[in-house]
Amino acid sequence: MTIPLDPDFEPPAAPAAEDDGVAVEKAGAQGISQGRLIMRRFLKHKPALISIVLLVLIIGLAVSATGIGSIPGWWKWNYTQLLDPYNNGKPTLSLVPKWLGGEGIMLGEHPFGQNGVGKDYFAMVMRGTMNSAYIMFIIGLIAAFIGVVIGAISGYYRGWVDALLMRLTDVVIVIPVIVLGAVVGVAAGGLGPLFLAVLLGFVAWTGVARLVRAEFLSLREREFVEAARVAGASDARIIFKHILPNAMGVVIVATTLLIAAAIILETSLSFLGYGVQSPDVSLGKLISDNEAAFATKPWLFWWPAFFIVVLSLLVNFIGDGLRDAFDPRQKRVRMKKVKELPPEMAVGSSIGTRAAVPEGAGRGGGSAVGRRQRPMDGENDENGEIDGSQA
Amino acid sequence: MLSYVLRRIGVSILILIAASLLMYVLVSWARDPLQDLYASSSPNKDNLIAQRIQWLNLDQPVLLRWLNWLGGAAQCVIPGGGCDLGVTITNQPVTILLGRAIGATLQLVTAATVLAIVFGVTVGIVSALRQYSAIDYTFTFASFFLYSLPSFLMGVLLKVFIALGFNDFLADPTITWPWIIALSLISGILWQAILGGSRNKRVVVFAASLLTTGIMLWAISATHWLLDPSLGPVLAPLLIAGVAAGMVILIAGTQNKTAWRTGAVVAAVVIVLYFVSLPFLRGWGLMGVIGLFVVGIAVGIAAGLLLGQHDKGQAARIGALAAALGVAVIVLDQYMRTWNSYVTNPRINGRPIATVGSATPTLKGDFWIHSTDTFTHLLLPTISLMLISFAGYTRYARGGMLEVLNQDYIRTARAKGLPERTVVVRHAFRNSLIPITTIVAADVGGLIGGAIITERIFAFSGMGALFNSGLQAGDPNPVMAYFIVIAIFAITFNFLADLAYSALDPRVRAK
Repeated sequence: MTIPLDPDFEPPAAPAAEDDGVAVEKAGAQGISQGRLIMRRFLKHKPALISIVLLVLIIGLAVSATGIGSIPGWWKWNYTQLLDPYNNGKPTLSLVPKWLGGEGIMLGEHPFGQNGVGKDYFAMVMRGTMNSAYIMFIIGLIAAFIGVVIGAISGYYRGWVDALLMRLTDVVIVIPVIVLGAVVGVAAGGLGPLFLAVLLGFVAWTGVARLVRAEFLSLREREFVEAARVAGASDARIIFKHILPNAMGVVIVATTLLIAAAIILETSLSFLGYGVQSPDVSLGKLISDNEAAFATKPWLFWWPAFFIVVLSLLVNFIGDGLRDAFDPRQKRVRMKKVKELPPEMAVGSSIGTRAAVPEGAGRGGGSAVGRRQRPMDGENDENGEIDGSQA
Repeated sequence: MLSYVLRRIGVSILILIAASLLMYVLVSWARDPLQDLYASSSPNKDNLIAQRIQWLNLDQPVLLRWLNWLGGAAQCVIPGGGCDLGVTITNQPVTILLGRAIGATLQLVTAATVLAIVFGVTVGIVSALRQYSAIDYTFTFASFFLYSLPSFLMGVLLKVFIALGFNDFLADPTITWPWIIALSLISGILWQAILGGSRNKRVVVFAASLLTTGIMLWAISATHWLLDPSLGPVLAPLLIAGVAAGMVILIAGTQNKTAWRTGAVVAAVVIVLYFVSLPFLRGWGLMGVIGLFVVGIAVGIAAGLLLGQHDKGQAARIGALAAALGVAVIVLDQYMRTWNSYVTNPRINGRPIATVGSATPTLKGDFWIHSTDTFTHLLLPTISLMLISFAGYTRYARGGMLEVLNQDYIRTARAKGLPERTVVVRHAFRNSLIPITTIVAADVGGLIGGAIITERIFAFSGMGALFNSGLQAGDPNPVMAYFIVIAIFAITFNFLADLAYSALDPRVRAK
């Protein structure tokens, strides 16, 4: 078995050959770029792709219903209007068509119901979703930017610059993000979501900085950097033109996962009362405000809860897909491969390992080994490509 | 090595000092400790303000206050020095509040951490061994889902469904037929997916677990067992024997005769202990429980060493684990026997699962009643904390196990004909634990501080509540006390994680 000895070994053709042999082999002959390969791998990751579409739809719905700045949204109420209770504040959204005995597919007067004082809950949830999504992207982008700058400088220059910047990072890491976020939020919560998001971005960059530094430390020793230096390129050019593009995978994946963590951070802070302040709303704040009303008006809880979980889940799925696409060694999605095998074999092979553990193992090693089907190694993570090439 | 440790400790202390400065400045900038007094309408407002300024030295600049605080905090480290973390805005010494809060939080997070590690690693490994099976996808999706669920949502959901639901259910503990059928089906599907194997084996496992679950649920419902549960003289010995057998099979395999002998002796001794202690255990209380564990584990180790022949260490391990779990069954049985008197206690009034606080006030009873009370209060926050870290551990354990299973030496172990159990438990499992150890160590450091939200939802007054109430009132000293404790925890555990890594994996050198 030959696991690549060089940890940075990334053969462009080998992983792709495993995904779909023929098509990429042809492309490989023409010289397909790394970016295209990553794109192709990402497009194969169905959950991530669906997640992107859904995320765009949800954010689109929230933004278009609420409107941006002075541009009004399409929804007739806004999140501050006090209205008369309609139908006891119950949601009027109906998704059961008439021919199934329901009331037909319609939004009604207040699709998500009304809260205790009669505000339209659909408007509030949409405004909250928009705020939460907006904050999480800003946190993600600012934190990624700071992290990349600090990580790049520290990894490229090493020496005392590195020591100083990394100790600074340690100082921030020592304080848990939620604690630092809460303190920052208390100070900035009243100044509006944008200010809050920017400050939280200044809190959350440490993880990215460490990853980028590690990547730079290893990349700066590579021959192409040496070549650039010999050719007389400036430090800035080497950092931005030569090393950074090669470290982009790490940055993008880390940023996506950071965004997923940011939505939890923002909603948690708003829940504790340190985030977005009244009269503005955020998903965490809606839950915090309506926690007590769970028994009487459960929908006031369920709608924001649903949107928080969905946003966070979708971003996590996208991050997972990006990681698979950028780092084929780490984990490849081989759902298809299992499906291609006859079901009995696919199941038996991956199950056989433990099947004999409690009862069978002692009675005879022979039976345990016999039941285990060798092809399973082909599906195992790292050596998939090797076995694939042998077959 | 020594110089590495010393240098690391020195740097850590500097980092702590710098972080405390950052935190102190931020907290004093975030909120004014006098704001509630400015808004108050009490006639001696000016006096109160002057008093508080004097208590907290608010007339001094921030940096001077920080130096003061640092001086007081430094005395906590020096043995014999008076520990002074300042006072709250109501002039209570923070040190006392902190002691209480640490106790409560440790109580809360310990069980959650242990359970999260045990379940997380188990599920992750099962998931890795059944890679790309339905159960793997189910676990993966579940852990993604739990990972995406903020802890406040989890807390609220647990409160509403588990607490209210279970308490309502206890009023009339009859499990209806649709529930029995659904739960039995789920259990059947789950077990056949976990154990796997050929189609025949799966069908047998499915049917067996379906029937067992169904009959158990029916019996529980029909006898109203939940109102007055106990294992009784038949089930308890059976369970003890089963636990011992499980340990033998897991650690030594089914063929190891000496291991079986050790297991049998230990099980017999624990069963005798069960019957001997049955009439007295209620009166003995905590000392009885500790005594039972000590005696049981001593007997287990002794039995292992005496009967172990060529593999005394393994036999002693089996003996000790089997005895500890067996005694746990005895204690569990005793708790079940006290359950009814706990539930019918007028303070509890038939609604045992609590959603608020850490103990029922003015509850009268012996050790068993009080510890049951603590248990019912800790149950929901523990589940909530556990499920959150559980998701992460599952992912790490699965990834680590897959990584190890693809190594050459696993292939060698299989090729030389070792039984699969030995390959998985001895060769793969142990090595897959190395990266998990470091992640766990780093996480435990963070857990102490991570309970802010959970503590708020369950109105639990631990470290999180100290921080939360302090920050809300703009009270700097409790917030700083909270910070310094969790920062020391985090730094220490990170350090331990690095040391553990270099100790466990000789390829990693600390430098």
